[in-house]
Amino acid sequence: MQLALDTRTAAVGGPLRRLSSLLYRKPNLYLSLLLVPPLLWFGAIYLGSLLALLWQGFYTFDDFTMAVTPELTLANLGALFQPANYDIILRTLGMAVAVSLAAGLLAFPIAYYMARYTRGKTKAFFYIAVMLPMWASYIVKAYAWTLLLAKGGVAQWFVDHLGLAPLLQLVLGIPGIGGSTLSTSHLGRFLVFVYIWLPFMILPIQASLERLPPNLLQASADLGARPAQTFRQVILPLSIPGIAAGSIFTFSLTLGDFIVPQLVGPPGYFIGSMVYAQQGAIGNLPMAAAFTLVPIVLIAIYLSIVKRLGAFDAL
Amino acid sequence: MTIAVQFTQVSRQFGEVKAVDRVSIDIQEGEFFSMLGPSGSGKTTCLRLIAGFEQPSAGSIRIHGAEAVGLAPYQRDVNTVFQDYALFPHMNVLDNIAYGLKVKGVGKTERRARAEEALGMVALGGYGARKPVQLSGGQRQRVALARALVNRPRVLLLDEPLGALDLKLREQMQSELKKLQRQLGITFIFVTHDQSEALSMSDRVAVFNKGRIEQVDTPRNLYMRPATSFVAEFVGTSNVLRGGLALELGGSERPLSIRPEHTRLAGSEALGGDEVEISGLLHDIQYQGAATRYEIRLDNGQNFCVSQANTQWGEGAALRSTGQRVTARWARAAMVALHDIAPGADA
Repeated sequence: MQLALDTRTAAVGGPLRRLSSLLYRKPNLYLSLLLVPPLLWFGAIYLGSLLALLWQGFYTFDDFTMAVTPELTLANLGALFQPANYDIILRTLGMAVAVSLAAGLLAFPIAYYMARYTRGKTKAFFYIAVMLPMWASYIVKAYAWTLLLAKGGVAQWFVDHLGLAPLLQLVLGIPGIGGSTLSTSHLGRFLVFVYIWLPFMILPIQASLERLPPNLLQASADLGARPAQTFRQVILPLSIPGIAAGSIFTFSLTLGDFIVPQLVGPPGYFIGSMVYAQQGAIGNLPMAAAFTLVPIVLIAIYLSIVKRLGAFDAL
Repeated sequence: MTIAVQFTQVSRQFGEVKAVDRVSIDIQEGEFFSMLGPSGSGKTTCLRLIAGFEQPSAGSIRIHGAEAVGLAPYQRDVNTVFQDYALFPHMNVLDNIAYGLKVKGVGKTERRARAEEALGMVALGGYGARKPVQLSGGQRQRVALARALVNRPRVLLLDEPLGALDLKLREQMQSELKKLQRQLGITFIFVTHDQSEALSMSDRVAVFNKGRIEQVDTPRNLYMRPATSFVAEFVGTSNVLRGGLALELGGSERPLSIRPEHTRLAGSEALGGDEVEISGLLHDIQYQGAATRYEIRLDNGQNFCVSQANTQWGEGAALRSTGQRVTARWARAAMVALHDIAPGADA
């Protein structure tokens, strides 16, 4: 009884203390105080603005007056399937898939080494080495690459000195990959994309491999699996959530990028640069909004495929 | 009888630390062999040396007569049951069990049939479609066992497999494991730090201490005839008498071991011809149900423990009180003379 009385007197201390015991007694209130501001921010600013933007995709754009009127139409979405626009979508999609595949192949060994063979300082070094390029301005890096890949640039110099110039000419001659120089070829654009997005692939894969208990690998070997079998049957399936997360980054970042396609590679729009041109130069916000829908739909399709393949079963 | 696993002067060093130090053992085929010792005594490293997860720094390991040093785990005809089971989380129970057969290229139908059979053997028929996360600790343990046994290894290694289970389940698994081992005739090498587990299950036990083997013997000999004071004190409890007391009671400098339950508190009866006694102050009495323990402080300051069965109501604890001077008595034949290995010496 005495004890109960004591706690009650403690509860009616200063106003701050009263507040803290109120929050303690009502955990739901506490939780909602914590969650409501970020949820409002997320709901209103992220989802709200995105939905408002997509809604504009149904507005009408008058080619003559260049004016947008809020009359709902499916014309913009339909226009996506015109050959010119459809080409842009396919070109971007192809690049996004190629970049994701290449980034995955390059990232996996590095991530595996980081997760399983490095400790302490070496691991910190690798983290910094992977993230260092992300600290520099993205546009500067993209510009730098135009110079590196240009005729007479560093890449050309290496190729010449290694005696690979004929090979490069051969590769640049392949339609769909090549171009007149590396910096104006699809191949050059692909290289820059892979370079820029690689850290986004390495880190999630590294995190998923980090969570892989070493004794699963021992158990696999113990049961008679050769290293290649252990890789296929245990390591790869358990790292797929990381690969999926990384590829969602590389895939969606490539789909939405509008700077690299302008600086490196042959002329021709990407989805991102098309959105930029539509709403910036032309002022056709409804068409830009319609194009914005494309990456969202593509990523949704991609995720459902990944899910169907069982990538998230181990989560 | 053929030798399943043979260690000859095997050492394993990690930097400065000698985890295993010149160990030699012969483990017979079909034997239930336990490696017992406190943590860090080298028993688990020995198991990992047999499995191939570690390679020895020196010495030779032969498995069924063939030199195993240098062979990778997947090249050895042994399977391991891991302490924390190490089940593959992305596979269901049946796929976990069939894994060893799959990687060896056994066909799908046979694989399935044998996995089902193994699942039945550990009394988990019908659980094949579940994921490991949906199982309890005891069930995971059985799956890990079935996953190892389905490969029909000639040697099964068990790394403290019962450590994570609660007492009741552990006792049940102990008798099931023992039964399974007799039925299959496979050599079991069982690592544990639990001396009662080792005694109750094994044909023979090796007691490890600081990377060395102190004694390899049957459970009965280990308990009744411990070779060293470490064994005497680690396997069960023991009173080890040294120096002047050893000289007086045993006639030599060698330490003497006497089990508490082999001693009794003397009454007024005369000392028998084949008996010895020692006296001191009774300073603690612990009633333990089946027995009562009496802690006696001897005149040289050492503690001595007497354990007496509580055979009749009213007898025992009620008759004694702390602070009394009491005499402990036992048969001369119950004492064991120990020969301790000096640290760093060659056994």
